[in-house]
Amino acid sequence: MLIKNPKSYELKEHQVTDETTYLNRRELLKKMGYVGTGSLLASASANAGPLDFFGKKEDDKVFARTALDFKAQPQDGSEILTPEAKVASHNNFYEFGLDKADPAKNSQGLKVDPWQLSISGEMNNPFTLGYDDLFKKYPLEERIYRLRCVEAWSMVIPWVGFSLADVIKAANPTSKAKYVAFETLYDPKQMPGQRSRRIGGGIDYPYVEGLRIDEAMNRLSFLSVGLYGKTLPPQNGAPIRLVVPWKYGFKSIKSIVSIKLVEKQPPTTWNILAPHEYGFYANVNPAVSHPRWSQASERRITTGGLFARNRIETLPFNGYGEEVAALYKNMDLAKFY
Amino acid sequence: MWLSKSIVHLASLLPLCWLYYHAINDTLGADPVETVIHFTGIGALNLLLITLLISPSAERFKQPKLLKFRRMLGLWAFTYALLHLLNFIAFELQFDWSLLFSEIVERPYITVGMAAFVVLLLLTVTSVNRIKKQMGPKWQKLHNWVYIASIAVVVHFYWSIKSDIYEPGIYAIMLAWLLALRKLKIKRWLKIG
Repeated sequence: MLIKNPKSYELKEHQVTDETTYLNRRELLKKMGYVGTGSLLASASANAGPLDFFGKKEDDKVFARTALDFKAQPQDGSEILTPEAKVASHNNFYEFGLDKADPAKNSQGLKVDPWQLSISGEMNNPFTLGYDDLFKKYPLEERIYRLRCVEAWSMVIPWVGFSLADVIKAANPTSKAKYVAFETLYDPKQMPGQRSRRIGGGIDYPYVEGLRIDEAMNRLSFLSVGLYGKTLPPQNGAPIRLVVPWKYGFKSIKSIVSIKLVEKQPPTTWNILAPHEYGFYANVNPAVSHPRWSQASERRITTGGLFARNRIETLPFNGYGEEVAALYKNMDLAKFY
Repeated sequence: MWLSKSIVHLASLLPLCWLYYHAINDTLGADPVETVIHFTGIGALNLLLITLLISPSAERFKQPKLLKFRRMLGLWAFTYALLHLLNFIAFELQFDWSLLFSEIVERPYITVGMAAFVVLLLLTVTSVNRIKKQMGPKWQKLHNWVYIASIAVVVHFYWSIKSDIYEPGIYAIMLAWLLALRKLKIKRWLKIG
């Protein structure tokens, strides 16, 4: 197995720890059993500065994460993983605040067990998954995916979970099932952004997302229950979130409580909020700019500080065109952005 | 006076040292680039509003000495704005000049931000005593443009944000109040100018 690393003299020891830890994860996890992100989050609080009038207070509770048993994806070394500490401290999850560091600070108390994920709608076999089902009902596998945010930054993340198609097949859809509608937990007591329009960015909650049924059945569409070998931290969408790697990150809805098969295209949160900026499809497309910034390139967040030269070209469908471009044959992707 | 001026300089400079120290060492959160851009941008806006607070306060509380701080605060506001722009060019766009020029032309929030920066640059260049004397009454006319620039800065902030309206809203209200304090002066300027 070839692991591509930047030259050693460019890196400080603390910056590579994450990858080493990752590569030895089987052994380490066996030794540790339960691992929290407490130490990893230590750097996330550095964002509020003396001239920031809107700095927020911190919460020192840390969500407990459990090691998962899964089939690992062999690494081809073509991508450098984003360190776990960064994956878990740079999040858009407006239910927990608008700043990228807010979700990690404000979500650590989220209760995920018990959890109910209902699978309903145009199907012959509706059912509900409880917390334990999320980890036992389907064989877990690892998928290392690029995640491209609509804000023009990206990460490479080793998710653990199962194909969305497995769930939909088990539900035995009827011929009326043309779209899939997803919904995030609505619990204003636990999610400050849902209590206050100021904290939640003026979004009408619950957060909703959707896919066309053929997109949902594509083998890349993934339901993630973990990352870096452990259950998801709340800021990344615990206990279960969608990952659609060829679409902008906001399609990959977090902390899902409902998956519903429907006949008509379902409403989606960012599309409702700013329809001319965020479409239903939201496929990663360097040729179609966001009205306020270019989508032609992106900054890849890995290791390295301010001087990391990390701006790279954005690829159509985030580089997954081979698997998904056929879904959009004869569609004008500038019109259906 | 010497001591209080030093305090203003240190209070403006030290946060920058702290910021760049952590950003360079990758201990400033997951994306130091975004953080330095936001920090210097908000810092520039805060300093600009503090600068605009000086004249009305000096008048209201009969403390003409306060005016001695106006230029240095304005220059610090410019310094933060300059770093904000340099951060954007060097760390966000990473010297992709064609991208910079197309963004300035195509993205209204960047156009407005650049316009504000150009005004602040002109004010900075003409802030030297010698030039001020040479310019005579033209100097005041030019420096009244700080009001236009500060409106442009708040618009730039509002347009740059994805959905939040509260934080830019608070800045808009503070600026509206600062401009209302000098209503008569601005009215006179707009009639003559």
